[in-house]
Amino acid sequence: MSFLEKMMLIDRRWIYLSIGLAVIIPVVVQFEVPVSVSPEVKKIYDFVENLNAGDYLFIAVDYDPSSMAELNPMAEAVLNQAFAKDLKVIIVTLAQFGPGMVEDLTTRLAAAHHRVRGEDYVFLGYRPYPAITIMLMGINFRVPFPVDHYSVPLDSMPMMRDIRNFADVKAVIDFTAGNTADFWITYGVGRFDFPLAIGITGVMAADYYQYLQSGQIFGIIPGVKGAAEYEQLVGFPGKGKEQMAYQVIAHSVIIAFILISNIAYFATRKQKQQLGGGR
Amino acid sequence: MTTEQAILNGIAVFLTLCIFSFLYRDNPFYKFAERLVAGVATGYWTMLLYHTNFTDKVLTPIFVRGQLHYIIPALLGVLMWTRFSKKYAWLSRYSIAFYIGISSGVTITVTLYTFLFKQLQATIGMPITADYAGINTFLIVLAVVSALVYFFFSLPHKGAIGTVSRIGIYVIMIGFGAGFGMTVMGRIALLVQRVIFINDYVRGLVAFIGGS
Repeated sequence: MSFLEKMMLIDRRWIYLSIGLAVIIPVVVQFEVPVSVSPEVKKIYDFVENLNAGDYLFIAVDYDPSSMAELNPMAEAVLNQAFAKDLKVIIVTLAQFGPGMVEDLTTRLAAAHHRVRGEDYVFLGYRPYPAITIMLMGINFRVPFPVDHYSVPLDSMPMMRDIRNFADVKAVIDFTAGNTADFWITYGVGRFDFPLAIGITGVMAADYYQYLQSGQIFGIIPGVKGAAEYEQLVGFPGKGKEQMAYQVIAHSVIIAFILISNIAYFATRKQKQQLGGGR
Repeated sequence: MTTEQAILNGIAVFLTLCIFSFLYRDNPFYKFAERLVAGVATGYWTMLLYHTNFTDKVLTPIFVRGQLHYIIPALLGVLMWTRFSKKYAWLSRYSIAFYIGISSGVTITVTLYTFLFKQLQATIGMPITADYAGINTFLIVLAVVSALVYFFFSLPHKGAIGTVSRIGIYVIMIGFGAGFGMTVMGRIALLVQRVIFINDYVRGLVAFIGGS
């Protein structure tokens, strides 16, 4: 059996092992990958950057631990920028394991920027059924969330005193790993027409660019590459940028496997045709 | 790194390796980690729903604030449980009918507006210019029309229709390719995050042991 024929029958575990070994390389040999910024990521950065201190930004953290590898870095970068600019941040989660994600982010970043809960930011909490929750928040944040995640009444918080619904915030930025982005676009923008940007996983990215072109969203942060771009813009090197070196090595190995398997496929097909078999 | 972090993150590293062991083959370590995730997730979500919904939307309004009209949706919710009884399962239809009616009324208009009208408007309304933006416009219109023609089965895909349909399948394949590429990046990100976590833990543990 030739090398190419062996490659056609390779056990998938060798591929797993190769990828596993490849991603260890940047652990040993550390290097930085240059990141070019996409216009769709820059638009979100510019939007937040042009807000004034005291303006309200609404952030939805609609992901759970299984997606934090991609979404945590971008949420962290945006929150860093918002806290650094002294914006008032309202946070909600429509993912059932989202409260843990939000608490981890806000605890670390609020402490780093000396921001106080109830004065500089508020975490509304979690409610199931995203469509209903979004529509109720469009009427008044107090309908689905009379109290915040820590059972503090919204009306007792200084920063929430004159804030009723999406009309009182400058924009909504949704970080999501599922179809919650559809709910925000449909029931949020469709009904209440507020500026919306989304940070999404790589798997989802190709499906959501159409909403950028139609103007239904004003920016996209796609996957860990988008997170690395945002970190670069904010000037805060985090886990997104750190991951890019690993991504380059892993992608190179995958491309090598795709090339070898395609060469093997066409070469063995030619051999089979010469022998009178195959298609 | 504190002793608490060393122990808790050590458990996290162990469970990560348990899950990755499935890549070789199914084994008791993987099964243990998988069942642990399912159990913890179910327990966590149940209590979260109880505290953030049953308490806030049923118990507090009815028994603390005396808002008795909350009994109506609560009763509709209770009726859903009658599906477990053969004798009273028909009662659940009232809840389902109410839910479907509300959902349809709310969903149909905004869904059509968001996914059809706004998308059509964006495609039709793009300006045709003699620059790079114009080329993009041409490509988008060509891609939309050819992909639609590919799924148009009322005419045989021969001649001009066949050519456009052929372009449509290439457009769809390019879309799948872009999606696959982004998916690979996403999946690798999951692996990389765990590798970084394990690396940070090992370095931290070595420093912790060396310092103590």
